[in-house]
Amino acid sequence: MSDLLLTGATWFDEDGSERRGDLAVREGYVTEAGSVEDSYGLTTVDADGLVVLPGFVDLHTHLRQPGREDAETISSGSRAAAVGGYTAVLAMANTDPTTDTAEAAEHVHALGKACGLVDVQPVGAVTKGLGGAELAELGLMHRSRARVRVFSDDGRCVADGRVMRRALEYVRAFDGVVSQHSQDPALAGPSACCHEGELSGRLGLPGWPPVAEASIIARDVMLAEHTGARVHVAHVTTAEGLDVVRWAKARGTRVTCEVTPHHLALGTELLGGYDPVFKVNPPLRPDEDRDALREGLLDGTVDAVATDHAPHARHDKEHAFVDAAFGMLGLETAFSVVHDLLVAGGPLTLADLGRVMSRSPARIAGLEGHGRPIGPGEPANLVLVDPAARITVDRDASHSLARNNPWHGRALTGAVHTTILRGRVTAREGEPAA
Amino acid sequence: MRHLLSSADLTRDDVRLLLSTAAEMHEVQRRDVKKLPTLRGRTVINLFFEDSTRTRSSFEIAGKWMSADTINITGKGSSASKGESLRDTVMTIDAMAVDCVVIRHMASGAAHQVSQWVDASVVNAGDGTHEHPTQALLDAYTMEQRIGSLDGARVAIVGDLTHSRVFRSNAITLRTLGADVTLVAPPTLMPSGIGPWAEADGLTLTDDLDEVLAGGPDAVMMLRVQRERMSGGFFPTAREYTVGFGLTRDRLRTLTEANPEAVICHPGPMNRGLEISADAADAAQSLVLDQVSAGVAVRMAVLYHLLAGEEVAA
Repeated sequence: MSDLLLTGATWFDEDGSERRGDLAVREGYVTEAGSVEDSYGLTTVDADGLVVLPGFVDLHTHLRQPGREDAETISSGSRAAAVGGYTAVLAMANTDPTTDTAEAAEHVHALGKACGLVDVQPVGAVTKGLGGAELAELGLMHRSRARVRVFSDDGRCVADGRVMRRALEYVRAFDGVVSQHSQDPALAGPSACCHEGELSGRLGLPGWPPVAEASIIARDVMLAEHTGARVHVAHVTTAEGLDVVRWAKARGTRVTCEVTPHHLALGTELLGGYDPVFKVNPPLRPDEDRDALREGLLDGTVDAVATDHAPHARHDKEHAFVDAAFGMLGLETAFSVVHDLLVAGGPLTLADLGRVMSRSPARIAGLEGHGRPIGPGEPANLVLVDPAARITVDRDASHSLARNNPWHGRALTGAVHTTILRGRVTAREGEPAA
Repeated sequence: MRHLLSSADLTRDDVRLLLSTAAEMHEVQRRDVKKLPTLRGRTVINLFFEDSTRTRSSFEIAGKWMSADTINITGKGSSASKGESLRDTVMTIDAMAVDCVVIRHMASGAAHQVSQWVDASVVNAGDGTHEHPTQALLDAYTMEQRIGSLDGARVAIVGDLTHSRVFRSNAITLRTLGADVTLVAPPTLMPSGIGPWAEADGLTLTDDLDEVLAGGPDAVMMLRVQRERMSGGFFPTAREYTVGFGLTRDRLRTLTEANPEAVICHPGPMNRGLEISADAADAAQSLVLDQVSAGVAVRMAVLYHLLAGEEVAA
């Protein structure tokens, strides 16, 4: 492993103040910051014009392995993550087989380690086989080598209030957290596939009403209060749902939430052409909701930006709209999309992105080596971003195996330049290290 | 015109042209020898993923009377349930160099998607709960034959609007032709977002059928109500639906007294005794069989304009 000297970099201290200088990275740690006295043996990275942030942490990634290696593998997903500036990703449990046992969690964890481009932290299922009825082996997954602390049936809502209550009670013992896909299945038909509103009415597509999200969030924050456990609301999409989170936080409830780049940037009107690339669960919402999500990021109601990176084999997206698979790619584009939307023209700062894309998600997931301040003695899990770069997204240049990329052809300002995991460069200018 | 996917694709002039061509085609139907040479050498595939004797045979006859080679491909269930993607299914057909694909599919938007993939012209013959543009054209044609121009005519559409592609296409085409459209349904069968939708498109909403009929509309279009909607909780019982929204014998009298010239449409198949009484279905004002007859002429007009160019048939 070659040690690094990042020259002329900009970064932020814990209080948010901007620093400029050199950073020395030795044996996986930042050893000096500011002016580096001894650069012997260091490989220089010219970081002039670049900003160093703590490596991004994705609370919500689908890597598809085991089971759908034609859509994505832990290896291809890791490459995409590294290129996107991520140093840790939480791999969702809806694989085949489901990550609902210690062995399954260790398997995913070990595959991630073997690849080594990003820390792959498995998420455990809340219920066996995502069936919603019986608890999965929550404690054994936690005690396994994978040290699972985040549990989710993502893709499905833990709809049964009794099951959700027991899960929260159970994971509280080891400070675990349940990440909920908040969507009451009883409030929509089985083929719901978009936002319920005027457009879905005109298109003749069955939709999810916003209340299906908000009502589950309301129930879950009350259960979190009742049990004293932590609940995390995955991919909030509605103004109503976010209002409930804001209210619960004001009460002191242990609740956190995430939003995705696509729910911030893309609207339900994109469904007018019935292109399944824009079919995602939860669905793209109208402008009012997107405004509310951005407001939530600004006022701190939203803790994290998470990708919900959901690769699919091409043929699974080439069915009629209601039959096509849900989800879109996100790992490689998340920083550029959010930077272009909310930093290049305001109101957020790069320091804010460090908070919502690294520090807060690392804290929520309990990942101790990630999302740390930038300074001597801290693990060198870093991302160098170029705020001035102009890119045009090309789906065929993706390192994901999948091509369901809703950003294809978009011109964006801001790009990830270099990703560093424990002192090692894992990706540089769009190319993974391995 | 390359495809006919949505009634919104058609301007008022387009609709007028299609309806006048349909009138000429209707004349041809009355001849002893019905066959025209117009589409000789053209191939029309009727790709029906969903059962529909009425619409499929109507398109088939339309193609045959214009000398097109028409081939029916029917398959129950979506290709997804058989493991093949919709794109693969239609690309297979497109590879046979057909000129026109008439598609009926249980999924909304299927015709739009298919039109992105194939070289052939695509006609939407009903996609899920989205649209059925040739039905709207034949309804307009039938009504105009009986009551004259629809410009300023008052038309009520009654029933399960949420799940009706006939309603969606009719609302568009009727507005395009200048009709006043009133939608009548219980709140649970009004489509989502109908409030702003109705406002934007100039549609009137009500759940009071009696009031609408007493106002003497020029046409009343009854929509089929599927009995399985009851289990979906959209309304409590068939009886309650009929009392609230059925065109019963009493309501037929109300309508006739208010406007003796009023006509009654139904896209079929009818649930007699549920949304329409036998008296109404078989009344002199009923256009149900005229609709079927007009269906062939209208579909001839559509195929003609898609495949044979823009000049009106001789």
